[in-house]
Amino acid sequence: MDIFLQQLINGLVLGSVYALVALGYTMVYGIMELINFAHGEVTMVGAMVALAVIGAIVASGVGMPVLLVMVCGLAAAVLVCAALGFTIERIAYRPLRNAPRLAPLITAIGISIILQNLAMLIWGRQYITFPPILEIERYNIGGATITSIQILIVLLSAAIMVGLLLLINRTQMGRAMRATAQNRRVAGLMGVNINSVISMTFVLGSILAAVAGVMVCAYYGMAHYYMGFMLGLKAFTAAVLGGIGNVGGAVLGGLLLGVIESLGAGYIGPLTGGFMGSHYQDVFAFMVLILVLVLRPSGLLGERVAERP
Amino acid sequence: MLNTLLKPVLLLSVVVLALSACGKKEEAPVGAAVEQAVVVKIGAVSPLTGAQSHLGKDIESGIRMAIDEANVSGVTLGGKKVTFELASEDDMADPRTATIVAQKLVDEQIKGVIGHLNSGASIPASRIYSDAGIPQISPASTAVAYTAQGYKTTFRVMTNDAQQGKVLGEFAVKTLGGKSVAIIDDRTAYGQGLADEVAAVVKAAGGSVVAREFTTDKSTDFMAILTAIKGKKPDVIFFGGMDPQGALLVRQMKSLGLSAKLLGGDGLQSSNFLTLAGADAEGTYASSPGQPLALMPGGNEFSEKFNAKHGVIQIYSPYAYDATRAMIDAMKRADSATPANYLPELVKTNFTGVTGPIAFDDKGDILGGAVTVYQAQGGEWVVAK
Repeated sequence: MDIFLQQLINGLVLGSVYALVALGYTMVYGIMELINFAHGEVTMVGAMVALAVIGAIVASGVGMPVLLVMVCGLAAAVLVCAALGFTIERIAYRPLRNAPRLAPLITAIGISIILQNLAMLIWGRQYITFPPILEIERYNIGGATITSIQILIVLLSAAIMVGLLLLINRTQMGRAMRATAQNRRVAGLMGVNINSVISMTFVLGSILAAVAGVMVCAYYGMAHYYMGFMLGLKAFTAAVLGGIGNVGGAVLGGLLLGVIESLGAGYIGPLTGGFMGSHYQDVFAFMVLILVLVLRPSGLLGERVAERP
Repeated sequence: MLNTLLKPVLLLSVVVLALSACGKKEEAPVGAAVEQAVVVKIGAVSPLTGAQSHLGKDIESGIRMAIDEANVSGVTLGGKKVTFELASEDDMADPRTATIVAQKLVDEQIKGVIGHLNSGASIPASRIYSDAGIPQISPASTAVAYTAQGYKTTFRVMTNDAQQGKVLGEFAVKTLGGKSVAIIDDRTAYGQGLADEVAAVVKAAGGSVVAREFTTDKSTDFMAILTAIKGKKPDVIFFGGMDPQGALLVRQMKSLGLSAKLLGGDGLQSSNFLTLAGADAEGTYASSPGQPLALMPGGNEFSEKFNAKHGVIQIYSPYAYDATRAMIDAMKRADSATPANYLPELVKTNFTGVTGPIAFDDKGDILGGAVTVYQAQGGEWVVAK
């Protein structure tokens, strides 16, 4: 039982990370119907910037409280990523807004490769470690262990999701976003400044990516220029699983994917009598995705929408 | 619509052309200076991008150092002055890319190859080199299968998994007193090969393998498999894989409160592992083929030279350096850089390199390769046996 509980906790934490990144994918898709494949790399840039700033503060020997150091790192990551998101949309997507769907998809992949290589040039090929400033508390719940940082990840992603839902459903900006998502041209005619709404979406998505990046590098204790790729892929899967374009769906999809992977890795071996081992955990996760897509093509929480012209 | 699509493409091709023109301009003066000399290209293949790029760069730097030294001292083959040139390729630690870059190097008519890093890349590429008759010396691949294919052009200066796995398996059971051992591997030719070997030796030595779990060489989260392992309460956990995953693994072991000892192969025995795992690295055991740098015949001298030019030694640069020297040495003795001419001399290689005596057996494996087990203590690798 304690092992099952531990696997569940592992899955929830992993899932919360996926959910945070998936929120960025889903927001951009909801409004632009564009899969921003550079999103994973923005997460990586967030992690790298935060590490650089935190590392510099720690190395300078200024006796700042840990919380303030973390906030400085996070603020730097958020600023850089927001600017990055704005720039990416400006140079890679806006010129192609009326081009065939395939074109912005290709620029997205291009941007992701450029960001990866830029990060490699700036920060090098080495893994960068998180300075050991965080006092990690371990708590015991029914035989399972959970660390303070794991609790923080789960709470933070829940708070961000609620905040995002409020922003979309309760604010003027959110209304403009929903209008743009429904029909860009008509929203424009009604006086919504589409360009600024779309820019804002990218900026918001990138801020989420920055937060996710900082959480990931604080949790795993390291960052690497390549870390955005697999994270992005998993988060994209989570977004599709939950119903891409749907904020609640991204969170549900992320959590589900995390739990499925975790339980899959823990139990496939014993269940199949050793025929399939824990290396099938990704296969298991993607099989669930295929099943969901076959039975519910729009994802778990996605609404069935007619193809727009 | 066509116009909007074409414009960026045209723009891009202009940029690419401009860039390639720049590249040529830079090369021109070098070519002019060594006009008289014959250029001998030596291929260097390792992952220069991706998760293992720090290790790949380590290899490339080792080869570069050997080549630079040979060029400075001046080599004459067949009466003509020769300049060695490094043709470096990135195999991305990927078997498929490995075969593509191998073919590219063969087409460029290189005279020999030092590489690849990963057994999974070395093995498929070795066939291409063998078909072209080009000698290949791997400074890092340890899978038994690499030299067991019967190719005459395949060599390595690294102790193979059978030799290393035997030492590790016996160490786990006898020295660490591990009755129950959990084994994880990253499903690469290297990790799997080593883990299988260790599993067999552990059983033979009277221990039992209580869990056999798997991951990938790109994974970052091991909580699930570690939780499954925790339920089996092993004394020792063996990990067949590389240092980024190993460091994450040991960190997550500590956060789950797993007290089993972690044991790894040469993929873990790097300075990078210690940096990445920080305080959690303490107590980890890892083996390395050959001897510690300080005990290597030319270790101290090498590390001084290397640090001045290329920074910190990860693991493989001394081996890459020795492999390159073995190749150039064979060319000198054969007085030719033609593969068919110097291959018979390469087989007869016998000199004392930085890492120890370099000589090959009839399969191309290094003769008498030593294995040393280390333990991480206070942020350093200390010889444990």
